[in-house]
Amino acid sequence: MTLARSLAVLLLAAVLVPLAAVAWRGSGLAFGPSDWAAVRFTILQAVVSAALATGLAIPVARAIARRSFPGRGLLITLLGAPFLLPAVVAVLGLLAVFGRSGIVNQTLQASGLPPVSIFGMQGVILVHVFLNLPLAIRMILHGWLAIPQERVRLAQSLGFRPADIARHLERPMLREVLPGVALIIAVLCLTSFAAALMLGGGPAATTVELAIYQAVRFDFDLGRAAALALVQVVVTGVAAILVLTVAQPSGLGLGLGQEVRLPGPPGWRRVVDIGAIGLAVGFLAVPMLAVVLRGLPGVPTLPVEVLAAAGRSVAVAIASAGLATAVALTLALGAVRGNPMVEIAATLPLATSGLVLGTGLFLLVQPLVTPMTVALPVTVLVNTLLSVPLLYRILVPEARALAADYGRLADSLALAGWARLRWLVLPRLARPLGFGAGIAAALAMGDLGVITLFAGDGQATLPLLIQRLAGAYRLEGALAASVLLVLLSFALYWVCEAGGRRAAA
Amino acid sequence: MLQLDHLTLTRGAFRLTGNWTADPGQRVVLMGPSGAGKSSLLAAIAGFLPLTAGAVRWNGHDLGPMLPGERPLTILFQEQNLFPHLTVAQNIGLGLRPDLRLGKGELARVDQALERVGLSGLGPRRASQLSGGQASRAALARALLRARPLLLLDEPFAALGPALRAEMLALVREVADEVAALVLLVTHDPKDAIGLGGQTVFVADGVAMAPVSTAALFANPPDALQSYLGPK
Repeated sequence: MTLARSLAVLLLAAVLVPLAAVAWRGSGLAFGPSDWAAVRFTILQAVVSAALATGLAIPVARAIARRSFPGRGLLITLLGAPFLLPAVVAVLGLLAVFGRSGIVNQTLQASGLPPVSIFGMQGVILVHVFLNLPLAIRMILHGWLAIPQERVRLAQSLGFRPADIARHLERPMLREVLPGVALIIAVLCLTSFAAALMLGGGPAATTVELAIYQAVRFDFDLGRAAALALVQVVVTGVAAILVLTVAQPSGLGLGLGQEVRLPGPPGWRRVVDIGAIGLAVGFLAVPMLAVVLRGLPGVPTLPVEVLAAAGRSVAVAIASAGLATAVALTLALGAVRGNPMVEIAATLPLATSGLVLGTGLFLLVQPLVTPMTVALPVTVLVNTLLSVPLLYRILVPEARALAADYGRLADSLALAGWARLRWLVLPRLARPLGFGAGIAAALAMGDLGVITLFAGDGQATLPLLIQRLAGAYRLEGALAASVLLVLLSFALYWVCEAGGRRAAA
Repeated sequence: MLQLDHLTLTRGAFRLTGNWTADPGQRVVLMGPSGAGKSSLLAAIAGFLPLTAGAVRWNGHDLGPMLPGERPLTILFQEQNLFPHLTVAQNIGLGLRPDLRLGKGELARVDQALERVGLSGLGPRRASQLSGGQASRAALARALLRARPLLLLDEPFAALGPALRAEMLALVREVADEVAALVLLVTHDPKDAIGLGGQTVFVADGVAMAPVSTAALFANPPDALQSYLGPK
């Protein structure tokens, strides 16, 4: 059995065994009305969040596509950052702006208007739009920039007005791109946990993930947690299959090279475009500025417990990024040789979530050890499993190109095993490997998921500690810790990504 | 001795057969219309294409069970003969040890090979910085060090100008002489065939015909070859 095959089997086992534990414990349990409410809310908030993020992204993407302005390239780059932003930090930033004492409510109060609440469904949706709007903008922008230049030239030579361009070029493109964009965002929202944990709750705003957490942590009702996890797997599984069958737009790697741009029409459309970009930038930048401005003063006096949690988070991030990258690379190299089991193993984790796998692992380890003692290893394992599909998809096309370009030459020179890895694979794939490792590290660094099921007081990661501080109304402390978390997340990403680029140069 | 023993290649509607032998040290050109299967035949001998039937033997040993790297041959492809991210010296060193743990003696041999093909001093340079002609020379230097008794060349000089091509062919002859290798060279150009001397295998209509003396073949070409070459 090849290494890729053995690893695929191991990966399948790591996902299927916890799922089997969940199925064994959770099947046949009666589902109460509050459980169904959680399922309904989960789907509803995902659909609304996806629709809002996608709808709002269209005018912004169009404005960026057809206008040139200083900082355009930088803006597009920065729009990639929220994908790596820890959800807890986004929640805190939005709390600082839209919360009870935030700028928005202070303004409303000053003008004699009633305050708005960020808690409940609107808060969860607000966070999801905040986190996914940039992703939607980038993916839709990619569609705009992918309109063939010949067709743009043709439109210009035929003297198309903006309405004609919309009808003949833009709407056909959007019809193709939007379903994929909305689906991807809906799937991300289905398994999102931090927003619901911090802003949701209660009968009207509890997601399945949150209900699992409450069943484990507050009710110690593992059977109910398992039943909920089972439903979550069905919902995410169906959504993941939909995503994989609908053509996926690409937004992660985005070039700027398009010589012929759609014409930017003058007049009121110019005002609309400026407004769209301005509003989007404001909506995304103000909460982040609030985090930095209010959090920065507290950074020098961060307590030891925050620093210890940061240390644990960095260790978890490095371990899961290293593992996920090694696993994804082995699988991608195996996939080139045509191994269907590899493909399945690398895709299966998409049907799960941190809390689903966490529930399964909790059921498995609980008879053997105190779950608290394995909190960090479990977090590493789950983050690794959840990163593999993404990294695999980044690496497979690169591995295919490598095999097509240099496979025969390497074979003819008997370049195999470690020598092939050392002298061919690692140097040629350094760039995507660094990029993938950076994404995995940042996501693991900011992840608030499985750790909430397992951690006691001594195992908290930095995102968990921030959530606890915020829950205890220590907002300033939480914001200071958030600044540290963001710095560490992006530093890890940068070190990996730049390291890959340097090694490839 | 290289023996194609009732060799058959099929892929979809494509089919090629060959049943002949060639002696060590011989220089053989494979010529014929594009799509006839010249490159496929080379790929099959090198171990990249499975045979449908028959066998390829070297001195009586069946090459079938051997991996490409284990076969007694060196192959030069149309392009991508060097790893662009490695230095020229590393690319050549791969011919001695794929793990590149080269001792002093081996490093000296790499330098000698570089000098032999006219690339002295270029060892530390990245392969990506070489010109087309230099890259061909480096690939030939590696072939020199590998010193395998079969040298397969799949139009590796197709992208070079006429003068450079003639130079490279001369270098191929020298390298082949030094290691006493049997050369199989795929080309479109009758000038290459005449320049290399030796024998020609004409590949057309699904058959790789037995090698015959190039000079005799061109003096009295059969109809298929004549129509390939065009009117005199």
